[in-house]
Amino acid sequence: MADTLAEVQKQEVHGHDHDHHDQGFVSKYIFSTDHKIIAMQYLFTGMLMGVIGGYMAYVFRMQLAFPGISVPGFGQVSPGEYNSLITNHGSIMIFWVAMPVLIAAFGNYLIPLMIGADDMVFPRINRLSFQVFFVSSVVLLLSLFVEGGGFGGAWTSYPPLSASGDYNLTQLGASLWLIAVALEFVAFLLGGINFITTLMNSRAPGMKAYDIPMVCWMIVIASILFMLSVGPLLAGAVMLLFDQTLNTGFYDPARGGDPILWQHLFWFFGHPEVYVVLLPAIGITVDVMATFSRKKLFGYKLVLYTAVATGVLSFFVWAHHQFIAGIDPRMANVFTVTTLLISVPIAEMLFVMIATLYGGSITLTTPMLWALAFLAEFLIGGVTGIFLGASGADIYFHDTYFVLAHFHYTFFPIAIIGTFCAFTYWFPKMFGKMMNETLGKIHFWGTIIPFNFIFIPLFVLGMGGQHRRIYNFEHFPEIAGPEYFQLRQIATIALLIMLAFQAVFFFNVVMSWWKGEKAGRNPWRANTLEWTTESPPPHGNWPVEDLPTVYRGPYEYGHPDREEDYWPQNLPG
Amino acid sequence: MAHARPIATTRSATGIPTPRLAVWWILASEVVIFGGLLGAYLMHRIGHPEWAEAASHTQTWIGAVNTFVLLTSSFTAVLAHQAAEKGKGKEAAKLLAFTILGALTFLMIKSYEWTIEIMAGYTITANTFWSFYYTAAGLHALHVIAGAIIMGFIAVDAYRGRELHRVEIIGIYWHFVDVVWIFLFPLLYIAK
Repeated sequence: MADTLAEVQKQEVHGHDHDHHDQGFVSKYIFSTDHKIIAMQYLFTGMLMGVIGGYMAYVFRMQLAFPGISVPGFGQVSPGEYNSLITNHGSIMIFWVAMPVLIAAFGNYLIPLMIGADDMVFPRINRLSFQVFFVSSVVLLLSLFVEGGGFGGAWTSYPPLSASGDYNLTQLGASLWLIAVALEFVAFLLGGINFITTLMNSRAPGMKAYDIPMVCWMIVIASILFMLSVGPLLAGAVMLLFDQTLNTGFYDPARGGDPILWQHLFWFFGHPEVYVVLLPAIGITVDVMATFSRKKLFGYKLVLYTAVATGVLSFFVWAHHQFIAGIDPRMANVFTVTTLLISVPIAEMLFVMIATLYGGSITLTTPMLWALAFLAEFLIGGVTGIFLGASGADIYFHDTYFVLAHFHYTFFPIAIIGTFCAFTYWFPKMFGKMMNETLGKIHFWGTIIPFNFIFIPLFVLGMGGQHRRIYNFEHFPEIAGPEYFQLRQIATIALLIMLAFQAVFFFNVVMSWWKGEKAGRNPWRANTLEWTTESPPPHGNWPVEDLPTVYRGPYEYGHPDREEDYWPQNLPG
Repeated sequence: MAHARPIATTRSATGIPTPRLAVWWILASEVVIFGGLLGAYLMHRIGHPEWAEAASHTQTWIGAVNTFVLLTSSFTAVLAHQAAEKGKGKEAAKLLAFTILGALTFLMIKSYEWTIEIMAGYTITANTFWSFYYTAAGLHALHVIAGAIIMGFIAVDAYRGRELHRVEIIGIYWHFVDVVWIFLFPLLYIAK
């Protein structure tokens, strides 16, 4: 019975393959159900949104460093525009860059290839997920150009400011922003169901739970976290939309509502969301580190269980964002303890990375540099988080540039360094060409050095008590001393340098894609299954009769019994 | 357009069929959506004893009849699953049609009830109790509508003897819609 079913499957897939040859451009690249094409769609949409988010950062950083100047490429920044720029910079970078690239693009690309499947289990739901995501991006970008301008109530969108056009002056912009965010959540729920069920059910024969590459585990744990945390916020978003459009009073205390309710619903999602994007980045970096240290990942099960522990704990830390919102001080104590606790599993993962590197034969390729940078920079982000998690210190740091700098020291390593790490590592598989190493290293140093020059000054500003939501510091002479302006200008100039170096990256991508050296199947001599097929993999990933079987875990580097220092998962014996 | 299934869809490393696995994960995400909404409602309700007055205007009897209608439709969904397991596609389709009929009855009674409320001035903006009432019941009604539409497609397929395993999947979903109502009914109607 099983054999005949497999036979039928083979014939069906062959037929499908055959159909594929005479597909037009539109059905092949726009409405494709192939997980690799959908991954590319997510990747390129995410990168485009990243460029837009970076442009926004450029405009408001210019306004902060040189208040009132006409910003080249934008013009004079009005207070309303400034608010809209910071709000949408935050929303875009988290919901339209970090999530689509780290989870959707690499999840879609890697999960089926790494577990030896020909596609996701629900290819059409996968396609729908991208389509909903695409619509959400369009709605968000449109919201910037409606009457009154884009929403300017910060990415956290606290009521009462966000609940009424009378307060935020962007009636339509605020509602469109909210609808865009809600649509984005729907897209990731659809995608997440696919990731989870694909990993659970469609693994290659022989691939047991502990043979799954860490990055797949991490993306799936992240999807589960997302799925279990976003629900209350979706309900909350509907309530906020009703407050905005139907004039209900869910968040209006005068009418029996409560604005703090939104903060609870938002952060119950918002804090797990940090780990939703962090875990895939950790998965990517440990995989890259194991490959370029030629060493087995230290403590596979430890990393896995730690990730699960982080996920569970992340549901009990949300109120550390609300220490000054008037919550009961006894509650603040509880949330301080849980917040400090969650740094333990994260620290454990960083120690695992160091232990993996220790004694390895390290090659400093571009992806390895990015992975090491993740370790170094995220460490700073994590350590400064301890200050903010302790309620006593947080009362003073709340809403200062210290918070902002801490946040960027966590999210920049996650979303930008993690993405570049994954992109440079899997580029040969995705496009069949090697990237230029010299250009890659120039881009690496040109990004990492200015990054630190942007955000270290902001830590200093925050410790000086500078509030993070001020449009023009000249209006506040008591906190606008010349030494602070210098720090702001250093940060802005470093940002300009960092943005300029991104041109090197895009040039490298285009040139390598066009003229790069052919990659072959396995340029990094890595073990995982995606390296056993052609680069780029064909539709269906492997010939139907030749789907891989797995015989061992993904990190068998430098095994003493073998001549070669790697041992692909699919080799028998 | 015929769509060839990838081999991935036919594998089952956990031993649970993929569609059933997927629907359970969908329900997990639904539980937290309704959980967030009802949790928020409960916290407010405890903080506002005066809402009891507003709640006393809900039509408990109509709600009770709707509970009965929805439970009955769940029963026919179970019978449809049983028929599908035996390979009786036509019978499964007929039973699914009864379930859809139940969904339509539920929605008609609901419209009648809401008309009474709105005519009496209890609109979504009357006070925050009514805002929660319409939001929670409305979100649930959307799930009833979506379930009935999907069930229609599955019933047509089942009638032709195709994709019989889907009868079970929509049944699981339908029971969930039912269970949500079992929570909504006491919270919105009975608690005065």
